[in-house]
Amino acid sequence: MAGDTDKLVRDLALRMGDNALILGQRVSAWCGHAPVLEEDIALANVALDLIGQTKLWLGLAADLGAGANADDVAFLRDARAFRNSLLVEQPNGDYGATLMRQFLFDAWHYPMLNGLKDSADARVAEIAEKSAKEAAYHLERSSDFVVRLGDGSDESRARMQDALDALYPFAGELTTPDETDDALAAAGLAPDLNALGEHYDAYLDRVLSEATLTAPEGAVRKGGKAGLHTEEMGHILADMQWLQRAYPGATW
Amino acid sequence: MSNEFPLWEVFIRGQHGLSHRHVGSLHAPDAEIAIKNARDVYTRRNEGVSIWVVQSKDIAASAPGDKEPLYEPSNSKVYRHPTFFDIPDEVGKM
Amino acid sequence: MYAQEVKSTGQGVKSLEEMEPDERAFQEKINAEIKIEPKDWMPEGYRKTLIRQISQHAHSEIVGQLPEGNWITRAPTLERKAILLAKVQDEAGHGLYLYCAAETLGISRDQMTEQLLSGKAKYSSIFNYPTLTWADIGAIGWLVDGAAIMNQVPLQRCSFGPYSRAMIRVCKEESFHQRQGYDIMMKLCDGTPEQKEMAQDALNRWWEPSLMMFGPPDGDSVHSAQSMAWGIKQNTNDELRQKFVDETVPQAEYLGLTVPDPDVKWNEDRGHYDFGELNWNEFYDVLKGNGPCNKERLDARRKAWDDGEWFRDGLMAHAKKREARKMAAE
Repeated sequence: MAGDTDKLVRDLALRMGDNALILGQRVSAWCGHAPVLEEDIALANVALDLIGQTKLWLGLAADLGAGANADDVAFLRDARAFRNSLLVEQPNGDYGATLMRQFLFDAWHYPMLNGLKDSADARVAEIAEKSAKEAAYHLERSSDFVVRLGDGSDESRARMQDALDALYPFAGELTTPDETDDALAAAGLAPDLNALGEHYDAYLDRVLSEATLTAPEGAVRKGGKAGLHTEEMGHILADMQWLQRAYPGATW
Repeated sequence: MSNEFPLWEVFIRGQHGLSHRHVGSLHAPDAEIAIKNARDVYTRRNEGVSIWVVQSKDIAASAPGDKEPLYEPSNSKVYRHPTFFDIPDEVGKM
Repeated sequence: MYAQEVKSTGQGVKSLEEMEPDERAFQEKINAEIKIEPKDWMPEGYRKTLIRQISQHAHSEIVGQLPEGNWITRAPTLERKAILLAKVQDEAGHGLYLYCAAETLGISRDQMTEQLLSGKAKYSSIFNYPTLTWADIGAIGWLVDGAAIMNQVPLQRCSFGPYSRAMIRVCKEESFHQRQGYDIMMKLCDGTPEQKEMAQDALNRWWEPSLMMFGPPDGDSVHSAQSMAWGIKQNTNDELRQKFVDETVPQAEYLGLTVPDPDVKWNEDRGHYDFGELNWNEFYDVLKGNGPCNKERLDARRKAWDDGEWFRDGLMAHAKKREARKMAAE
């Protein structure tokens, strides 16, 4: 039984860690290129939080057999082994798309971490405790910007609606449970995604309506949790893992 | 380049029992974003600190003690930009 | 100590006795090491010099984000990624403090941005060199930040209050930058032969540009005497350059790397390291815009600015709407 639990916790840690890693990787690329200096600094803080969380989650996954250490888990797996949602691997696009992707993620991430604070696994609860504070701030920030830019100028509204249209189909994966999610919830290791999904939808409704934006209809695009990614993933890894791959076994 | 965010002065209470101190300035479109930016820029988001922001143009400043200012444009501008009043030593404790 | 050679706006040396009362009071304050604050009387030349120097310093921080930012997504470990990101973020913060300090002199950040993007304003030429390998990130931290810190520490005592206070904050935050660079270099030099070669190659490329960061030799430096009299500058270019060489050569030896200058030799009589002539033609050429990355750097800043316009306008539009709604409700 302990073996089963460890495997579940490892899967959970990979999902949480890979989401944080890939989104952190994406967001960090803005550093030096944001529309105003204050945003450059603020967004870098978000990326720093996510990379910090990555170290904790992938460190836990490594302890449970996913690799020698967090770095090996991050830098030596191929795309099929990554467990992040498709949403976070989507390209940065314009600054509006980056903020919309962040918002759709944060609105799930914060309640998810909040739920994980009560995980039956103490290691998970501890990481969630620290990360939830950071995620609460991310969500406040990204919600603020979605509202302001949605209900801003004609151009900013159009751009935010475009971003929502492009990214919303990927949001559903976060709150759609698969077998692993069900087993995690049943074991008291993670919150029930169905309940979390209701909360998520309600929150999105509230913020998007204040932002005068409309979520599109259409099918949910998913697969990342099972390692079936978009083509973006290989390019992200080619960039991120290049140095580790080019000089195998070197320490940095 | 006409639509510049207004300039805000940032005051932070680093520890309980101390008064707010001027720590610097920043640009932001409105007060809420100014407070968030202040957390990101000037506190690197320490928990539990109290932040005040005020638009620089709303600060009234005393005239300098000595001579009549000869450089008029600069004078009128600095009423609006009384930046970086008084920080040095305590800053590290924030 | 600066009393007898204040050059006011290009009209030659003036003694305190020759000055008008305002200027004399101003100079006496500087001589007494009392800070000049934005609203105090100041000569027009002092104000202009400061705007030029502070904005150039701010631009250097912002453009300086780019060569290192180039490696954030490729940093080899999670720890290195976080450290590099924090460092490049600090540079944005330092740019922000400096722009704010310049704004107290009656110029807006948008105006300064405009000067940068139009090519009118300068920034440090060092950032026009490319970061080709991970070792360049180490070399920049070690050498470029090392040189920058050496320049900046004396500026904490600058006569202009806002600049001095900004520099105090910058120096405090920057203390880890040089160390993280040297730490990268140590790891590479302790690593595989390929890694060590990478480190040596980076030192070879960054050494001379780093020495040039202190500016032209004292004899050729047009602004030095005036700026020193005004308390904007505390040391000459050559003094700081020598100090940098003296500190850096032993650091290179510790790494087992060779400084790419055959003339570097300890001079017992002087108590300093001798070093060879620098190629100032290259310096002026890069300054003129012909460096390897001048175009890329400015293009990147222009793109960030242009692409961000709708974002800035959208937020201002929302702020105005909100203000109007508030008025209507009252």
